[in-house]
Amino acid sequence: MVIPITYFLYLSIIVFTIGLIGVFLNRKNLIIILMSLELILLSANINFVSFSNYYENIAGQIFVFFNLSIAAAEAAVGLAIIVIFFRKKDSIHIDNINTLKG
Amino acid sequence: MTIFLFFIVSILIITFSLLVILSKNPIHSVLFLILVFFNTSILFLFSKAEFLAMVLLIVYVGAVAVLFLFVIMMLDINFTKLRKSLLNYLPTGLFVGFIILLELIYVVSQSQLKYIESNSTEYNNISHQILDNTKIIGNILYTDYFLLFQLSGLILLVAMIGAIFLTLRKRVGVKKQNIYKQILQK
Repeated sequence: MVIPITYFLYLSIIVFTIGLIGVFLNRKNLIIILMSLELILLSANINFVSFSNYYENIAGQIFVFFNLSIAAAEAAVGLAIIVIFFRKKDSIHIDNINTLKG
Repeated sequence: MTIFLFFIVSILIITFSLLVILSKNPIHSVLFLILVFFNTSILFLFSKAEFLAMVLLIVYVGAVAVLFLFVIMMLDINFTKLRKSLLNYLPTGLFVGFIILLELIYVVSQSQLKYIESNSTEYNNISHQILDNTKIIGNILYTDYFLLFQLSGLILLVAMIGAIFLTLRKRVGVKKQNIYKQILQK
């Protein structure tokens, strides 16, 4: 019994939409916005792996590998920015993050 | 049986990712994110990507989730106050999310993808039975995608230097040991 690829695609669509709604919903909390971005990247990874299985081509899995490293770099730099923003402002409110210039 | 397991795992992924964006405490969000990654690695095992399933666990659960937990631990914020304005943005978020969901579902339902019952048997034999998944990835990653591999290493180095540079600070009045002074004293 094989799993049809459209099931994987629908699952990845739902996870992507949940991540997108999470970015909108948690406007005050930058950390949960970063977690929603991780969810969005994860849905892209599900797509890559399922198509790699579908076409029996290993390049999709290679790109998931690169995607993971980029996601780790993004999380590290984003969390560092959150830490210095909190050190300056004593909050992680996203509405006054534009005062972080210079 | 496999498809039954797939449905269980996908329902768990959707539930936990909803709990990630809806839970009040960010620590709970990180823990639910870890559960989402565990279930996604099971999903990768269904798609014959064993190496990536293990790498997903190591990188996300071992590194990224721990990084999130450390940052939440260091920020001294009353997170319950932040949840007050959740309902202000709910209509906009649901509107945009619903439209994008409908568009993507339309795209997938109009596509002509059916499961091909492994028409390329030769590749199948070579790739999935004699060599294992890790060896195939290594054979291609270090030859065809060598420059991209080096570039991703460089990006990780730049991200590490950037994170250290951003969070480094010198405070006055901190007692530190001066190693040169310590060595050179009589």
